[in-house]
Amino acid sequence: MGLARATGILLGKELRTELRSRELVTTTAVFVLLVIALFSFTFDPSSAESRRFGPGLLWLAFLFAASLMLQTCFLREQANDTLSGLRLCVGDPFAIFLAKLAANALFLLLTELLLLPVFSVLYNVPILRVWPSLVLVLLVGDVGICLTGTGMAAISAQARMRELLLPLLLLPLLTPVLIASTEATAALLSENPVLRWDWLGILLAFDGVFLTVLWLFGEYLLEE
Amino acid sequence: MTLGDSAVGLRCSQLEKRFGNLVALRRVDLEIAPGETVVLAGHNGAGKSTLLRLAAGLTRPTSGRVFIGTAEVREPGSARAVGFLAHQTMLYDELTAKENLVLFAKLLGVPEPVRRAENLLAEAGLGERGDSLVRTFSRGMRQRLALARALLSRPRVLLLDEPGTGLDAGGLAWVAGTLHELHRDGVTTVMSLHSQPELAAVATRAVRLQAGKVAADSAAGQALDAVLGMGAC
Repeated sequence: MGLARATGILLGKELRTELRSRELVTTTAVFVLLVIALFSFTFDPSSAESRRFGPGLLWLAFLFAASLMLQTCFLREQANDTLSGLRLCVGDPFAIFLAKLAANALFLLLTELLLLPVFSVLYNVPILRVWPSLVLVLLVGDVGICLTGTGMAAISAQARMRELLLPLLLLPLLTPVLIASTEATAALLSENPVLRWDWLGILLAFDGVFLTVLWLFGEYLLEE
Repeated sequence: MTLGDSAVGLRCSQLEKRFGNLVALRRVDLEIAPGETVVLAGHNGAGKSTLLRLAAGLTRPTSGRVFIGTAEVREPGSARAVGFLAHQTMLYDELTAKENLVLFAKLLGVPEPVRRAENLLAEAGLGERGDSLVRTFSRGMRQRLALARALLSRPRVLLLDEPGTGLDAGGLAWVAGTLHELHRDGVTTVMSLHSQPELAAVATRAVRLQAGKVAADSAAGQALDAVLGMGAC
């Protein structure tokens, strides 16, 4: 069976199980909402202040929420040892990663799209005119977060202290994504919005490097 | 992995598995002929589950090799000819019984996955519960479904870790009947057992493991009942 078909079947499973439980999107959305709301009380949300601090706060909230969400993606597979079941059936273990990556990125993007209007209102930052570019930055940033996070989640799921291990592994690795995503978002939310291709390029390069790493070494991350 | 029907059996050569300082298997040599139904007996921690997981390709040996037929087991995905029932059910609680079977059937490339899933559900006595979520199932029903999952690809080698777990008398009779049929069809079966005489009765050979070594083997001249009786089985 080809990689694309196996990935498609597994992605369908990920979406179906999430639709049934609604655990990931709900938890992540509530967490991001709380962080955005709490931060809005810490400074005067005038337009200038929000443009200065908003993008950083937004991406920090997304990052912490993603680390919560990613934690469960392999832990769920441990409940009944379903990961072994998948490994027995799937010819290329990279398909397991690709499906989880796609599902995680989709869930994270969905959460962000739901909460961006709330951010816009609370922080007095208009986002409507830069909507398509903003979605592009969010998508590329999310893929970076989920690529690294999915790999690290596979490692941490088999370790003791797994709940602590994932953020410890993940957050330092994601510093480049955080910087590039924040800068690209800040440029879009400025008074003269511009899509910064240099920062987007860094994000795309990061995505490319980690996708290759996952492709090369993902198989070993799933081993017992 | 390409397996000629005539050659399908299982062979372990100097197989060793360590978990840190713990030696789970010590240079095990074991040859199982095609079509044999072998019971692995032994106390807890004797190495039965480790041996089965190594044969399924789910874990790598520290040293030594495992062959299914003529091909070496290197990774789980290559062993399509192997059906594996583990201690845990390998089933998704959030999916229905049918969705679970169809998912794994599709991943295995089974032709007509929906029909195959429906047939196996009926054989396992779960035909009427096919659309129920697995999380609503009892332990015995999950075990039946897990065995159905292991049979999806019509494997030539079946590895069963405690297949009788959670099953009532009816369930044990179904498993014993299925194993009889598989034996008749020439399927090689290796199963670890604890005190299920209904299933042990199906065996054509018994191997007892003790502290990671083969301590007794009915193929070496000892009576099958004696080998089974000496272990925990």
